[in-house]
Amino acid sequence: MARKLDIRHFPGFLPITYLCLFLLYAPLIIVMIYSFNDSNSITIWGGASLRWYGEVFWGVESAKFKAAALNSITIAVMAATTATTIATLAATAMLKAGRFRGKSVSFALINLPLMVPEIVTAVATLIFFSAIGFTTGYLTILVAHIVFCIPFAYLPIAARMQGIEDVYEQVALDLYATRFQAFRLILLPLMAPGIISGFLLAFIISLDDFIITNFVKGAGIETLPTAIFGAVKQGIKPNIMAISTLLLLVSVVFVTLSYLVGRMGQNKK
Amino acid sequence: MAAQIAKKSTSNTSTYAGLGVFLMLPSWAVIGFFLVLPVGMMLIYSFLTKEFRGGVIWEFSLNAYDQFFFDRGLFGDAPPVIEWTYINIFWRSIWQAGVATFFSLLIGFPTAWFIATRTGPNKSVWLFLITIPYWVNLLIRTISMKFLIRDTGPLNEWLLSLGVISEPIHIINTSFAVQLGLFYSYLPFMVLPIYASVERYNFAYSEVAADLYASRRATLTKIIIPIVKPGIIAGCILVFVPSLGAFLAPDLLGGAKNFMIGSLIEEQFKGNAGNWPFGAAVSMILLSMVLVVLTFYARQQAKEGAR
Repeated sequence: MARKLDIRHFPGFLPITYLCLFLLYAPLIIVMIYSFNDSNSITIWGGASLRWYGEVFWGVESAKFKAAALNSITIAVMAATTATTIATLAATAMLKAGRFRGKSVSFALINLPLMVPEIVTAVATLIFFSAIGFTTGYLTILVAHIVFCIPFAYLPIAARMQGIEDVYEQVALDLYATRFQAFRLILLPLMAPGIISGFLLAFIISLDDFIITNFVKGAGIETLPTAIFGAVKQGIKPNIMAISTLLLLVSVVFVTLSYLVGRMGQNKK
Repeated sequence: MAAQIAKKSTSNTSTYAGLGVFLMLPSWAVIGFFLVLPVGMMLIYSFLTKEFRGGVIWEFSLNAYDQFFFDRGLFGDAPPVIEWTYINIFWRSIWQAGVATFFSLLIGFPTAWFIATRTGPNKSVWLFLITIPYWVNLLIRTISMKFLIRDTGPLNEWLLSLGVISEPIHIINTSFAVQLGLFYSYLPFMVLPIYASVERYNFAYSEVAADLYASRRATLTKIIIPIVKPGIIAGCILVFVPSLGAFLAPDLLGGAKNFMIGSLIEEQFKGNAGNWPFGAAVSMILLSMVLVVLTFYARQQAKEGAR
């Protein structure tokens, strides 16, 4: 046993792992700490307080950020819902519908939004909407978000569907269920953890997007990331750090939920 | 993981046989209409004439590509010489992305190895810790980095108060800051695919090597690295490709001197340049480069699969 551990072990890899985690987390933790700074300056520590959180919710700029947050959340909910629905159907086609025309192309197509660089997608989408004479705004943001959310929703859904054997639905069909009933009453409930997990990931990806949104949003509408970016261009202010901390916590909570839901599903099996 | 899913799917039985096309239709429609078609439009736009302050005139023109590669003087009638401005921006982007990829590999490989060799429930906790930062808003992560490394930021304050340095180190708005930002943005992308490769590694190989008196170093370089190479290549591509077209890190951490492809493109649409055909052409050139890298990767994977 001692030997077996030995061949797995390389000296120095543990410190490097700690370094890796330190590098990943240090900047985030520092911003979180400084968001509780009571001072007007972002550099000088003036004691701990919730002052800047109050500023975010009730301060001068709060109306702007509230409107942006509302846009972000409604877009994320709608984009994630649509993308998850599309991805669930696609996963059923890819994994449970046997062969069909265009199957091999379909796999590449679903993953296409991951392969095209974000800035290129942003340019192409802007040009497309402009060419067909569509005014950029809320709707264009929503459409663009649905597109790049699809592969993120697809991955956990397909991974989950992989683990579900066909027998359950076959039994249902033998007992004279229609295929729609088999899908709705057997496959969907079994798929629930994967679908929820996919929805949560798509939701975060939509909530986080800056580059594509910035291109297709048009004037006069902001999402939270574009509003934050605009504010940071004038310099980092303490209220930005408070908003950042809040948004960061939302992401962490959602990822953790997605992870737990996914694992819960596996245990049940 | 994606390739595995695709491979396995062919052997699955088919409850919904014959419905494939119907179930797939929404994906085809949405991605086809709102991504494939737009990229096609972008290609067309790169061959049109620019209109000042954005937009295009529907008239065929090679000006966008010409502007990228050739300098024809102030009035456009001088004999063409090679225009280095944009080519240099591309070189700089490739270099910056390359440096970020190299350092990600340096840190990412040992981390992935360490996590993959853990046992029990700890393993998934370690892995989860690496994944979390990836899901945190990239803008916020870049702002955090900017806050940390400013001349008057916490990093300099602490180093000063500890007496390690006597005056602040200037990091922000240097090319190093951009490399650091890219490294920080995409580091989790390096760890995850290498982790997946190490997971599948058969430790019997290491044992055989040890029995035959191979040193640890020899086992690592001659046995382990060649075997987990597909994961290493995947990780490098996942860091390199988004770094190449990155906008936030060069914009927020690099300042005006450290222009990369992403900033060049952004300037044509959102900034002062306002030259849509040129922006479309630069995007096409970037996309072609990415496709070359991905094709290389697909071939490599096919070779590995055939082995």
